[in-house]
Amino acid sequence: MSGDKLIQLAHGGGGWLTRELIESEIVARFGNGPLRGLPDGATLPSPRGQLVFTTDSFVVQPLEFPGGNIGHLAVHGTVNDIAVCGGVPLWLSLALIIEEGLPFAVLARVLDSVRSAADACGVTVATGDTKVVARGQGDGLYVNTAGIGQALPEFALSRERIREGDCVLVNGPLADHGLAVLAARQNIGFVNGPQSDTAPIHRLVLSVRDLGASVRFMRDPTRGGAAAVLNEIVGGAGFGILMRERDLPLNPATRAVSEMLGIDPLHVASEGRVILICAAGAAPEILRRWHAMPEGAGAACLGVVTRDNTGRVVLETLAGGRRLVDVPRGELLPRIC
Amino acid sequence: MKYIDGFRNPEAAAQFVRQIVAQGRALDEQGRRVHVMEVCGSHTMAIGRYGIRSLLPGNVELISGPGCPVCVTAPGYIDAALALAGRGAIVATFGDMVRVPGSDSDLTACRSQGGDVRVCYSPGAALELARRQPDRDVVFLAIGFETTIAPMACLVEEAQRQGVKNFSLLTAFKRVPPALRALLSDPEIRIDAFLCPAHVSAIIGTLAYDPIAADGRVPCVIAGFEPLDILYGVHGILAQVLNRQAKVENLYARVVRPEGNPKAQAMIARFLEPVDAAWRGLGVIPASGLALRSEYAMFDAAKKFGIAVCPGRQQAGCRCGEVIKGKIRPSACALFAKVCTPENPVGPCMVSAEGTCAAYFKYGLPDKTQGEKK
Repeated sequence: MSGDKLIQLAHGGGGWLTRELIESEIVARFGNGPLRGLPDGATLPSPRGQLVFTTDSFVVQPLEFPGGNIGHLAVHGTVNDIAVCGGVPLWLSLALIIEEGLPFAVLARVLDSVRSAADACGVTVATGDTKVVARGQGDGLYVNTAGIGQALPEFALSRERIREGDCVLVNGPLADHGLAVLAARQNIGFVNGPQSDTAPIHRLVLSVRDLGASVRFMRDPTRGGAAAVLNEIVGGAGFGILMRERDLPLNPATRAVSEMLGIDPLHVASEGRVILICAAGAAPEILRRWHAMPEGAGAACLGVVTRDNTGRVVLETLAGGRRLVDVPRGELLPRIC
Repeated sequence: MKYIDGFRNPEAAAQFVRQIVAQGRALDEQGRRVHVMEVCGSHTMAIGRYGIRSLLPGNVELISGPGCPVCVTAPGYIDAALALAGRGAIVATFGDMVRVPGSDSDLTACRSQGGDVRVCYSPGAALELARRQPDRDVVFLAIGFETTIAPMACLVEEAQRQGVKNFSLLTAFKRVPPALRALLSDPEIRIDAFLCPAHVSAIIGTLAYDPIAADGRVPCVIAGFEPLDILYGVHGILAQVLNRQAKVENLYARVVRPEGNPKAQAMIARFLEPVDAAWRGLGVIPASGLALRSEYAMFDAAKKFGIAVCPGRQQAGCRCGEVIKGKIRPSACALFAKVCTPENPVGPCMVSAEGTCAAYFKYGLPDKTQGEKK
């Protein structure tokens, strides 16, 4: 498509232009699987055992940011939600709400990213929907994906299984996505600024399936960052979590930007990270396996589960003091994913 | 970041803490407790963020003082801002102020009822707003200590140079030294030493504290905002207390000079003059504020619109005034963390990012030295 061609309202009208849009943008990329012939719904083989089913909507601004775009996010977000539930992602639905005036070139780049991300994750876009809204009634592009995965029987993930002494692991540096989007949105113009970490984490989960009995709980630290996830885990529980500030994995650019803007990186979203709580004995083996994989090269132990400070997340600071890690309050970073 | 990391070095911090613990033991052997007031809101937040209180000996207490400009602003000031919005002016302000309660309402409620309240990230943005909307009056809520006051004086100069006639300031500027004197003369509060502000001191200089240290017989130690700066400051204070000294010591010499910043002082003196000022909690302190000189009255919103700024009424049950004075910890207030939270702040100390209650809520752990939460 030419660079300056724009989406028109009629592209959503159900007529010839709609057909052209679907043929050129959707069928060209996704038309070889269950979408072939554009049926109203996908007919899929039924896997054995239990299913994991999830959905997520993506409203990030700007649509393209350092390290990725809304298309990557839409695949990785849903794939990762399935993975942290202990599932292998299989199928995705893809629903687009496009604002009149969106350049076809942007849409093409986003859909190319959806395709390449889905291929890399081994998932198939099985069904979808496209709507166009009038100028001013959207914000370029909103994307919704739903996903179906097969639950791995090795995992029995539950907050109730967490015990004192368990380790809290993460597969890499925190907060890169949120600060990359923020920096792009505010046109802060950093040189060598933060890059989004948007990436799938399902292979990391697969790599530890034989240790499933030692894995207590998994969650991806998206909105609200690690602080929100960890507080959710300790909330109302009979244990606390202690982290050490000097052990927190942070990329230099992200740390510099969070320092400059006065934002606690523990409050900022990642899109390619999994927080995994496991029995202490299994932690070295999990870290060893993750370190051998590109998406786990920066894996680290974030903290430990403690008997004291029940219901609280506590940070041992660089100064050696201890303080509470609270959940983020207010609208710290709206529309980050 | 390498530069900052030097001031966050864990090994150096541990060394300071060992020395501070030894100082605390020596004081304890003499049966002495030390109450150190950290005056500045940024110190309060840094102390919380690095868990400094949890590192200090039991007989050394850090008390948070009146160093948050939003917190010390009296409710009547918000009432005046609401009145200006009611008359159709655009009220431009830093974000924290929109949720600070006045006597009966706040600027958030005013905005939802149609008042034109705009949040600006710099005072310059407010002047720009006035230039773009020459048919509207734009009033900037000009609060702050010496650090903020100098740039606001520059703003008035700029407005005058550009001939922007629809721009004015509702001033509630505060000076730190008179507040320290008022605190020392209050029989209800015990202060053995001041950990003096970092950036305010960069403007006013160390000499400004000489009379306070001498008359009040309290050590005045200036320290930066990084964890090692603060530990170094506490160490310096305890050394003086042990030696029964009371002098001004500058432990932030990489930024603060004895004479301060003469250029900033000259700008302040050119545009502003000392006036009595009302502080939440502390009441009216003589010559503790700064207002625009009469030759710049056209930029003074109170004079321009004939608005009187009264003291106003604080919310029932709110003990921010006592928190600001260091008389009570936030946890002693019945509303703290129950009725009064960052989502639903009752008093300004919970609203402001530098407020004492906000710092205790955000970072406080429930032990003997921290604010009890829930």
